[in-house]
Amino acid sequence: MSRIKIRAQQADGVTEVKALMRHPMETGMRKDQAGESIPAHFITEVAVFHGERTVMQGYWGAAVSANPFLGVRFKGGEAGDTVKVTWVDNQGGTGEGETTIR
Amino acid sequence: MNEQTQLAGISRRRFLGWTALLSVAVSLPARVWAWARPEAAFAATGIDAALTGLGGTPTVHDAIQFTTPDIAENGAVVPIRIEVDSAALPNVSKVSVLVEMNPNPMAAVFDIAPDTEVYIETRVKVAQTCNLYAVVEADGALYMQSRETKVTLGGCGG
Repeated sequence: MSRIKIRAQQADGVTEVKALMRHPMETGMRKDQAGESIPAHFITEVAVFHGERTVMQGYWGAAVSANPFLGVRFKGGEAGDTVKVTWVDNQGGTGEGETTIR
Repeated sequence: MNEQTQLAGISRRRFLGWTALLSVAVSLPARVWAWARPEAAFAATGIDAALTGLGGTPTVHDAIQFTTPDIAENGAVVPIRIEVDSAALPNVSKVSVLVEMNPNPMAAVFDIAPDTEVYIETRVKVAQTCNLYAVVEADGALYMQSRETKVTLGGCGG
């Protein structure tokens, strides 16, 4: 389980979530110095939760940049509410980060 | 697409990956709604096929604000932002990002919960100078906005 850096800030009824994940996001098309293919390794699913509610869930391909950044906004968050971001990759790895809305 | 037709058309390796994915999805909290990765769109190697995989040819809509750099020095990290004015284009349920000249143009798709903001920021790889597409689905119809980004250093190096 990899930890996700996450921040959530509320203003005028809209909460902005910013998350930074650590992940190589390998496309599977690159070769290493010995000429061997580097296997594809990328986040395939990512989700953002406000308490018990899923506010966004995404599917990614290998074209999302390494160490992905994700910014989303949703309505209805209050200061102190929990916001969580999770991911799953194509090799079964997972990541999670949680914070409270400021 | 139901499970049967999808299973019939995929390789063993992808099937294994898919079942692994399913088991992970099952172990995630139950509050995640059904996972429905548009595999056809992700597997497509051309922009037209990728759009077909998403459900057809989108029409241009001005309510979609698609922000990308005019020039990206590093194609491996190209920041993008998609915002939709929900008064002008309500009921957006999906937002997709496509990069025309990438080996697989489909980069990401986001399912947006009802009654919230349509706002996505992320960073994508862009192999070479080309058009980027923001495609949104609202009430079953596809709309888009495209922007050209010039790349001075390709995104395939990592």
